[in-house]
Amino acid sequence: MAEHAPGAPTAPGAPGTARATGVGGLAAFRIIAAMWIRSTMTYRFSFAMTLLANFVVTFFDFVVILLMFTHVEGLGGFGFAEVAFLYGTTSTAFGLADLALGQVSRIGRRVRDGTLDTLLVRPAPVLAQVAADRFALRRLGRVSQGLFVLVWSLVLLDLDWTVLKVCLVPLMVLSGAGIFGSVMVAGAAFQFWARDAAEVVNSFTYGGNTLLQYPPTIFARELVRGVTFVLPLAFVNWLPALYVLGRPYPVDLPESTAFLPPLVTAVCALAAGACWRAGLRSYRSTGS
Amino acid sequence: MRLYAAVAAGSFRRHATYRVATAAGVFTNTVFGFVLAFTFNALWDERPNLGGYDKPEALTYVWIGQALLATCGLMGGGGFAEELIERIKTGDVAVDLYRPADLQLWWLATDLGRAAFELAGRGIVPMAVGALAFDLALPGASGDLWRWPAFLGSVALGVVVGFAIWFLVSLSAFWLMDGAGVVQVAWLCGLFFSGMLLPLTVFPGALGEVARVLPWASMLQVPADVFLGKYTGWGLAKAYGFQAGWAVVLLAAGRVLQLAARRRVVVQGG
Repeated sequence: MAEHAPGAPTAPGAPGTARATGVGGLAAFRIIAAMWIRSTMTYRFSFAMTLLANFVVTFFDFVVILLMFTHVEGLGGFGFAEVAFLYGTTSTAFGLADLALGQVSRIGRRVRDGTLDTLLVRPAPVLAQVAADRFALRRLGRVSQGLFVLVWSLVLLDLDWTVLKVCLVPLMVLSGAGIFGSVMVAGAAFQFWARDAAEVVNSFTYGGNTLLQYPPTIFARELVRGVTFVLPLAFVNWLPALYVLGRPYPVDLPESTAFLPPLVTAVCALAAGACWRAGLRSYRSTGS
Repeated sequence: MRLYAAVAAGSFRRHATYRVATAAGVFTNTVFGFVLAFTFNALWDERPNLGGYDKPEALTYVWIGQALLATCGLMGGGGFAEELIERIKTGDVAVDLYRPADLQLWWLATDLGRAAFELAGRGIVPMAVGALAFDLALPGASGDLWRWPAFLGSVALGVVVGFAIWFLVSLSAFWLMDGAGVVQVAWLCGLFFSGMLLPLTVFPGALGEVARVLPWASMLQVPADVFLGKYTGWGLAKAYGFQAGWAVVLLAAGRVLQLAARRRVVVQGG
């Protein structure tokens, strides 16, 4: 934990003044994240290895798709460039969410061993503290890999670009990050009740990311409906990306739904925030 | 020997205690199984008989992978690596080293206990769900029932190879102090070269040939092929030999590293 990590300097800023006034969420996140970045840099070799490994891990993820396309021309009627576009958009979105909020999945452990109490008495929002705890800069590896594939696919794709389509690409990546981030926070809130169930959240975050790398046409219709209407992961990239690619979505929806991601993100964020507050309120310390 | 049996049994019970975590793992394995099964389904629609598997065999491969993911420590060494690295980092390992038990055998026993639990607790349910949702190639006819015990034997060897790799990875913390980087690289190799993401028989050319003789192949590809009946008679003996060979080599390497590490440990009094 933070207190025992060698090389972890104490948080900058005078604690006295912070206690008097309290620190805003973003400011707290920045301070703690900066502390962890400095701490990570103590083990430079290990950091270089993890950064490289992070890039390569996610790249190998993509190698699987490359290997598949050495055997086939298309997957579910989608060519290589189109699958790469799906891959690039979801991976970048997921990478951004993971960089900022990935650490909240550790909350279950903090609830179990009681170290969450330390965070509760500090004068900063708990969510910001949890998100910035052990802030891992190496996760930039995933973001850069996603961007790399995205740019590659944009070079390969032969589309009739309109202003609308061009604007939709960065918009879907940012909204997608918001949707993934909301799922992470809601999942963390769920762990206040189910302490050991961190893995369930993985199946929606990592599993969702894997799902969205492939075209919706290869999945069972019920599954596609589920991630459209129940857990709106389809708004991360499927709906907007299929509009950009000029392809029909397997579930019958008006074309304008391709522009809904920012709205969906806002709704998800509100819901996740409500879950988090409810979870935090229900928290009972282990005592000792 | 009785000591290590007790350690293994204790480890089995320890992992069996976390029922919610087990249920969560089963859920996650099932979700990933579905996603992978649909991608394999699309792939084998385009290319029937890819990699020497027909479609039911390819889908069976997916669910075997999900069943063995935790068992063989394809992701993160089942927690023992993390624990051992933490002990090395904090210096607690000094206590382990002067116990009247061998470090490597001690951790091997805990890992075998864990694997036995994970195979039963996390392997069976996803496989059953997969068999309900998809048309799988399970050995059921009276002539091929032997494949079930043959598969278990191969899994046991795969678990030992997996342990040996993660033991080496853990001991690197004696020199690097922070094992996170090496863990990630090992995790990546395990995922890719075991055939978890795509069967090694589908890997093209030289990459495939190299991947099929690396130790990771014995953690999923070989057990899966034994299950699917790709090895019979002498071929099966050779498959076992391949796994056992890697197990011996890697355990011996772990032994050498352990001796070197023992000389590095300095215990501070106080």
